[in-house]
Amino acid sequence: MIGITILESLQEAFGLIITGDPEVFSIVARSLSISGLATLLACIWGIPLAVILGLYSFPGKKLIRSTFQALLGIPTVALGLILYLLWSRSGPFGFLGLLYSPLGIAIGQSILITPILVSFASSSLGTIDAEVKDLAKTLGATKFQTSLVILRESLWEIVLSITASFNRGFAELGVAMMIGGNIRYVTRMLTTSIALETARGDIPFSIALGIILMVIVLSITLMINYFRKE
Amino acid sequence: MNLQIKNMTKKFGSVTAIDSLSLRLEASNIIVIVGVNGSGKTTLLRLLAGLEEPDFGSIIINDSVKKINELRQLSTLVFQKTTMFNRTVFSNLEFGLKIRGYEKDTIKKKISEALDIVGLEGFENRNAKKISGGEQQRVALARAFLLEPKILLLDEPTSNLDVNSAKIIEKVLQERKKSDNIIVLSTHNLYQAKRLGDEIVHIHDGKIISQAKQKDFFSKPKNKITAKFIKGDLQF
Repeated sequence: MIGITILESLQEAFGLIITGDPEVFSIVARSLSISGLATLLACIWGIPLAVILGLYSFPGKKLIRSTFQALLGIPTVALGLILYLLWSRSGPFGFLGLLYSPLGIAIGQSILITPILVSFASSSLGTIDAEVKDLAKTLGATKFQTSLVILRESLWEIVLSITASFNRGFAELGVAMMIGGNIRYVTRMLTTSIALETARGDIPFSIALGIILMVIVLSITLMINYFRKE
Repeated sequence: MNLQIKNMTKKFGSVTAIDSLSLRLEASNIIVIVGVNGSGKTTLLRLLAGLEEPDFGSIIINDSVKKINELRQLSTLVFQKTTMFNRTVFSNLEFGLKIRGYEKDTIKKKISEALDIVGLEGFENRNAKKISGGEQQRVALARAFLLEPKILLLDEPTSNLDVNSAKIIEKVLQERKKSDNIIVLSTHNLYQAKRLGDEIVHIHDGKIISQAKQKDFFSKPKNKITAKFIKGDLQF
């Protein structure tokens, strides 16, 4: 009986995807753009931070690195709650109007994924052979040019760090739910919709969104790996 | 051109790699530095290349003391363990030339000539990391001499190579001897030192214990340690 229900739900889910259900696709587009913006924001401050942590020595570097590593496992709902309190009308940053807005979710997700980006990218930069640095120097490169060489040499590792960060943002629920409020046509995203529709009992809709979520996350990673090998 | 090292010391923690070393080298010569493992050959080359800062002492070129950044502009080091950027052979070769502001057409011409010299015609578009060790070392040599450095430094450049690649490298070095440059090469291989060196410098425990013209170095060793080293009685 349960098997039949799942099969029927799957059929209906594929039907929603194949027929191009407008609501399904507007949710997908919104999720992609919000998480894309979050990744872009995280890159703006995360990549320079990763370069500094990966390539230069300075007092307190170990502490900063450890802090980012500790933040890798931050519960998304905890971050969502903190941001909710900060951005709610009575909170200190309520005047920014970020609560229940797509921009608010993007900023929240960018904060969530920054530790992933910084930790992974700085580690990959740090593992580049010291001989590559020496080679660049002996060929006459300045400090800045040497840093650019190392960035280029670890380009794919950095792309993978960015991909992992995007996937984390794209698949998270806590920040999207608490900051976005799951408002239809405004802040409703893939993960928040899956949670809502499952609770409501609209299993085919949830399955359709779940399939799309998985396909996007897996295909981005597979694509990056394919081009990396090429 | 002349190069002088004055009273130079370099320590790594409690280990003294170079110990109050002084040395004078003249242009148009191939200077071969010999010594057992851990004697300080690589550290000496890295100091000359401006890749290490000495704890004491100075490097003087044509009577002017050179800072680490100036040394990097005057010298190029070919490493013992061949290192390639993860890009094409052409891109590896153009790196230093681009930094020095050469124009595209000149770069192309120079690279094509350099690849001919090291016997790697048509290798421009090959991935430098995917060619053989011998070919990589020849690319490394071409990458270095393309920049026409005043001081060309080579750290055991043929130690892991096949006979053919080693022969090509030795031939190229003989041809690169000029009146305004110095070639300094470190090696374990005394036969190679004999073949290539105009002058041989023996380094032991971070100190120069013997420096002589090639003929004299082998026929009239200046001290017991050098005599033992030539006989092969010093442990590597």
